[in-house]
Amino acid sequence: MSAPESTVETATDEAVRRRDNSAVLRIGEDDGERLEAEAGTSDTSMVMNMGPQHPSTHGVLRLMLEMEGETVMRSKPVIGYLHTGMEKTAETLTYLQGPTNVTRMDYAAPLFSELAFSMATEALLGLELPPRATWIRMLMCELNRISSHLLFQATNGMDIGAVSMMLYGWREREEALRLLETITGLRMNHNYIRPGGVAADLPDGWRDEVLTLIDKLPARLNEFDTLLTGQPIYRERLQGVGVINTAECLALGVTGPILRSTGYAWDLRRDMPYLAYDQVEFDVVVGTYGDCFDRYAIRLNEIRESIRILAQILDQMPPGDYRVQDKKVTPPPRARIDESMEALIHHFKIFTEGFKVPAGEVYAAVESPRGELGCYMVSDGSAVPYRMHIRGPSFVNLQTLPYLMRGGMVADAVAIISSVDPIMGEVDR
Amino acid sequence: MSDSVRHVPRDQLIETVSGLRDEGYVSALDVTAVDYLEHPGRHDLPPEVAPERFELVVTLISHAAPGRIRLRVQVPADDLTVPSLFDLFPGTEALEREVADMFGIDFEGHPDPTRILMPPDWEGHPLRKDFAVGRIPVQFKATR
Repeated sequence: MSAPESTVETATDEAVRRRDNSAVLRIGEDDGERLEAEAGTSDTSMVMNMGPQHPSTHGVLRLMLEMEGETVMRSKPVIGYLHTGMEKTAETLTYLQGPTNVTRMDYAAPLFSELAFSMATEALLGLELPPRATWIRMLMCELNRISSHLLFQATNGMDIGAVSMMLYGWREREEALRLLETITGLRMNHNYIRPGGVAADLPDGWRDEVLTLIDKLPARLNEFDTLLTGQPIYRERLQGVGVINTAECLALGVTGPILRSTGYAWDLRRDMPYLAYDQVEFDVVVGTYGDCFDRYAIRLNEIRESIRILAQILDQMPPGDYRVQDKKVTPPPRARIDESMEALIHHFKIFTEGFKVPAGEVYAAVESPRGELGCYMVSDGSAVPYRMHIRGPSFVNLQTLPYLMRGGMVADAVAIISSVDPIMGEVDR
Repeated sequence: MSDSVRHVPRDQLIETVSGLRDEGYVSALDVTAVDYLEHPGRHDLPPEVAPERFELVVTLISHAAPGRIRLRVQVPADDLTVPSLFDLFPGTEALEREVADMFGIDFEGHPDPTRILMPPDWEGHPLRKDFAVGRIPVQFKATR
């Protein structure tokens, strides 16, 4: 349970430390037996596989753990079990089909991938969105952040052994998903945020439904506090477990709640505002110790901040169009197709050939519930991206696992994986 | 959205990145690559940069003065090596493994040059433009 050593000042020492006294087990996927044979001298050391089919690994994450008794020494996350080549697939899908692909990456927070993809496309097109489209996107993303963090509360509770938490977390998340379904038509994988705006305007009665949710949630979150935050067993399992400091987080490229848990306030919504986040008020929640408990508390309180943002969005939602009126990018309304030859042509062109995007390259990033989610896109001037790369926060954050787990018990490993909150769909893409 | 872009020759990558790190670019967000094999015409390169088949793209972020910088490095197809940024930003380890896996670009000095997403015995580099979509047979090692 010892904290990782603090970062050494000089660059060379740091490099040596990383390579030699490292927490990362750098061996091939098949080399576990060989390492054990070589180590030979000590009977207590063994290499153990955890996963890929393990309920606490949130999907198909495999960990190779070098164990000394019940203590984890070095470890290596082995990934790729969910790899389906989505970046390759993206090179065959038009810009309008693209969101259907990226939405399947981070399946707990699909709207953020759609948003990053759409923002990259719009940057290449040079599109300026109508204000309502921007605010609808913000509304949807905050709802999605709530549902994603609720899912974390549920799975985190379950991993630690607070099984009733799973039921409560799941119940609240389902209510958030029901609202997303009312608006987008789907619980997950919405394909709602598209280049040029969103797929449809908000349905009648959306305001009441959002109000119902944000009225109900705070009391439920207080119940979470009663159930978990003050509970001695729960705190005992999380406090001081999986500690990381700011310098290590920055060196490892870590973003999101893990970075903020070290007391470092960095949130793209506040520090590099996109959409209309500069027009709403919210606090960036930070921790103090960088342990599992801080990461739990940050996510719980980020739900409260999202509720605050939602209340402001309800007040400020502007009227107007929900997508940009550019005939080359947005399909015409259904009724227009019957009246206008040109509308029919545009409709046909957009859905068969897709719209062409000027050549160039761009990187657009949003603050997803897991950290900076970026989309790097290269266009060659045709209707499909030449290259589309998603910088997944889970993929990068996963690299902290060996540092967090080193010196801890194997039971802590479960709590640590849970607190990193990786979504394997996004890690493997 | 207006990230600054800098074209860096391969042999100056390390010193450029370490210089930028001292300037306040505290974190390496992303390392990826592009295979320009089938690109019809590249007009976004400055005249002094000779286009090559591969391009390594490194994104760094500065927090003090919020902003990102994107470094674009040309990598010729007949010499696919670039220096690893691991010693400057250890967080690039997984990202560089991904680039090596998907494009076959070698990172000199990388501590763990193994495949990350594809199986260890996979042949070829899927994100190259001459690697066909849906190529069969599917390669998996036999059960042992």
